[in-house]
Amino acid sequence: MTVAIPLSIREALDALSNTPDARLIQGGTDMMVEINFNHLKPHNMIALRRVQELRTWTKNADNTLTIGSGVPYQEMETGELKQLVPALAEAARTVGSPQIRAAGTLGGNLGTCSPAGDGLPVLFALDAIVHLQSADASRKLSIHDFMVGVKRNARNANEIITGVTVPLLDGWQGYAKVGVRNAMVISVASACLAIDKPTRSVRIALGAVGPTIIRCRDAEVWLSEQIDISASTAIDAAVAKEFGRRVALESKPIDDHRSTAEYRRHAVGVLAQRLITRASSS
Amino acid sequence: MSTVKQDVRARDILGASALRPDGVAKVTGSFSFSSDMWAENMLWGATLRSPHPYARIISIDTTPALLISGVSAVLTAKDVPGKATYGLISADQPVFASEFVRYMGEPVAVVAADHPETCRRALAAIIVNYEVLTPIVDPELAMLATTEQIHPDGNLIRHQHIKHGDPHATGDITVEGNYTIGMQDQAFLGLEAAMAFPDSGGNGVELHIATQWLHEDRGQIAACLALPEDNVRLVLGGVGGAFGAREDISLQVHCCLLALRTGKPIKMQYSREESFFGHVHRHPAKIWMKHHANKDGKIVKIESRMVFDGGAYTSTSPAVLINGITHTQGPYQCDNAVVDGYAVRTNNPPCGAMRGFGVVQACFAHESQMDLLAEACGLSAVDIRLKNAMRTGDKLVTGQIVESVAPVERCIRETDAIPMPDSMANDADVLEFPGGSGRTADRHNIVRGVGWGVSIKNLMYSEGFDDYATARCTLSNGVASLKFATSEVGQGFVTLAPQIARSVLGVDDVVLETSDTQIGSAGSTSASRQTWMSGGAVDGACRLVRERLFEHVGKQHNIDPIRLMVENTDVIDTVGTFRISVADATQGITLSETFEHHHRKTEDLDENGQGNCHVAFAFVAHRAVVDVDIELGLVKVVQIATAQDVGRVLNPLSAIGQLEGGIAQGLGLAVMEEIIMDNGKVKNPSFTDYLLPTALDAPRVVAVMIEEPEPQAPLGAKGIGEPPCISVTPAIVAAIRAATGKALLRVPVRPQDICL
Repeated sequence: MTVAIPLSIREALDALSNTPDARLIQGGTDMMVEINFNHLKPHNMIALRRVQELRTWTKNADNTLTIGSGVPYQEMETGELKQLVPALAEAARTVGSPQIRAAGTLGGNLGTCSPAGDGLPVLFALDAIVHLQSADASRKLSIHDFMVGVKRNARNANEIITGVTVPLLDGWQGYAKVGVRNAMVISVASACLAIDKPTRSVRIALGAVGPTIIRCRDAEVWLSEQIDISASTAIDAAVAKEFGRRVALESKPIDDHRSTAEYRRHAVGVLAQRLITRASSS
Repeated sequence: MSTVKQDVRARDILGASALRPDGVAKVTGSFSFSSDMWAENMLWGATLRSPHPYARIISIDTTPALLISGVSAVLTAKDVPGKATYGLISADQPVFASEFVRYMGEPVAVVAADHPETCRRALAAIIVNYEVLTPIVDPELAMLATTEQIHPDGNLIRHQHIKHGDPHATGDITVEGNYTIGMQDQAFLGLEAAMAFPDSGGNGVELHIATQWLHEDRGQIAACLALPEDNVRLVLGGVGGAFGAREDISLQVHCCLLALRTGKPIKMQYSREESFFGHVHRHPAKIWMKHHANKDGKIVKIESRMVFDGGAYTSTSPAVLINGITHTQGPYQCDNAVVDGYAVRTNNPPCGAMRGFGVVQACFAHESQMDLLAEACGLSAVDIRLKNAMRTGDKLVTGQIVESVAPVERCIRETDAIPMPDSMANDADVLEFPGGSGRTADRHNIVRGVGWGVSIKNLMYSEGFDDYATARCTLSNGVASLKFATSEVGQGFVTLAPQIARSVLGVDDVVLETSDTQIGSAGSTSASRQTWMSGGAVDGACRLVRERLFEHVGKQHNIDPIRLMVENTDVIDTVGTFRISVADATQGITLSETFEHHHRKTEDLDENGQGNCHVAFAFVAHRAVVDVDIELGLVKVVQIATAQDVGRVLNPLSAIGQLEGGIAQGLGLAVMEEIIMDNGKVKNPSFTDYLLPTALDAPRVVAVMIEEPEPQAPLGAKGIGEPPCISVTPAIVAAIRAATGKALLRVPVRPQDICL
């Protein structure tokens, strides 16, 4: 096995050209488990951890934020990133242990594309744009087009995920995740809710209850017809409950050893109800 | 977590919070665990395991594996020179499956090669032709005579009946329930690992191994290797936790076989996933229990039927079963009982010893019943337990009189006196809510509940077993050295033994020799027994040496030895002014004595389950306060208040460590820890999906140590390892019931059990 350790995106792309079958690795918190279990036996690897360009984030002029694919979750939990994208900070806090959060990145979440990836519901709620770069081209892809199935995405083999751009919304946003213990647990069900007052939009995305992250478009539309989301008035409890019920209907959970479909559907309904209540009472 | 007031004393004698000699090394990562061993020219060993819970082996072709460069040996059942099977109680488990595999993960072959990766390829190259059979996974079905018997010894491992007092007695009130206990894993952090060195000539082997009982391992290994026991030497490797999972043979025989075959040192270590298949688990159980009581809440009779799923092989199932059924009544008076217990063979993973050993299962049932009884009588959880509390001199349902100190009432009252935690503060950190870092709950979603659990646990081995312990003490030039085969698995005997020697002999420097089979057995580090048994042996050996010291000093200084005693670090004349330091008194001499400590004899049970089968008992009460998010079914255990009958505290820091650790393990069983089975297949063999409590799940523990020295115990101290994990589970479940109003007849309690 060869391991390339590029110091720039250019070097990384060169390495990828030389070894087109190479597996890209960032923090390795997911891939190394696969390798240790012998489920994955890469011949070539490209370790992106020393590519500084990927480990930075930028506030853009158009009121958006671009986060490099190598920024660790630890950095999103606190400080300015937390102020800018609170839901992402809350999602980041639920990822593994402090050691895992020091290593794990959004790039890894995007590369793996597990429906249980903790950062993904936030990216779906914010309509994130994924940046992909190959040796001779770069492109931008909506997160909705990027994640195509369970652990499947639209990245071409010659591309590196360099980062994501998310809008800086004007409104409450939050994230909640159910696991069977109080920390360091894989998601049984999760939800991210984000409000944008100027566009009067509310977005809710669900994790671990379908083959991809699910945006509950019907429930979003229904809710925007019931309330003026830009107004700071407490939501009627019955409306919040009905919103939860509608969100649950849009989930597509399965039974597995971690939980049951029935519980997962119930849980995302409760999470949606609580998140919208938090949003309206904030 | 509770805070421990460090008891600062000048010397680390009994009663002081002496620090672990291996503590810094463990915390900083320099401690050598078994998996850290290495040798020149060593080969790696690895195990081929059955992917099926039940199948007939049609053929095994090892030739493709042997053709791989770097592979030195491939062994199967036909390569076992001695006994083909092993086992702690009944030798019914094959070293390698030959005709049938009876559980998923059962070893079929082992390989030795130059690298772990070569081992993996060799395992993949072995061709095993299986005829897959339908596994029998329901113990109720398995125990029927009409069901296919999956082992020549039959499917019923043991049935024991208990009839005590008047089986027809009745009371004004009856309460009954059907309880289910899931399969918990010991989940020690230090994985199974060993290294075997073959003797030149191949007539013997030295095995460095993480185990709970060196001598028992040696006996089973020697029989399988067809070697005299003296030719099999075991040395204790660094052990990273045990909790019962290292009582049975795992890789011991395989590792020795490969070493003898290849003539080279063999290193074997399991991965975390393999570990879930490589050791026994806690028995899943189904328990029906019915209490008959008078209107005032006094228990008249208990009926119960307990079914323990033993999995494919016997392991310690017969003893676990007996522990379960003989603790049916809990720490309460009960004159009449009819109990039937069954340990059954199935195609599930073998189950055996785990902290609490059968009593955990019984306790979940009897404590759930006590709460039903309290409700039926209009009494509080505390009052129903006080009304029935057992005292010294009361009888068990086996007819055995409880001669141990039995401060059950005091355990309950002192637990009850511990202040309740404050109600949740307005600015409480969301991390402290049920759901923790997932931020699922808001303050108003959370309901608090309080629940109780009280338990009795037998100490040491039962049913006529003489599980003695041996220790040698050598005193020379002011230094005591101690030799014993006691397994240090994390419990702290390496801290305690020097404390004993310092107290008895007046030395400060104590050296621990290697724990190995070059001295007599210490028995197993289990059954809460080593402080009592090996502690008794060390104490006995030190006292014998002290007698010799007094004789020596008496002779040197012309004083009757009977007048001498040890005061701090001096030998003094109790009726004179003579004083000499132990260091000076032992210059140039060597005094050495060996002592075996035996506990009182016990008996088998008769056909009605009557007999003095247990040695002694310890008691504890737990009160759990939980916060529950009822809508999502998530739980945060806020506080565990406990008062434990410990006899005497020998090391306060070690003692609180046992209590807190046991409570965390009991919490695990209450709300998250379970090996999930699907028709004989393990679904979650990893720490991603087998969930252990984290720091955010662990409760604040407020503990009271009840010190009423136990006359039978050599140091006055009872075993304290198991009780903390037993009644805390039902206490937590009772608290969840109080918060939710749900019946919750099963542990672990899952979110969907609460909210759907």
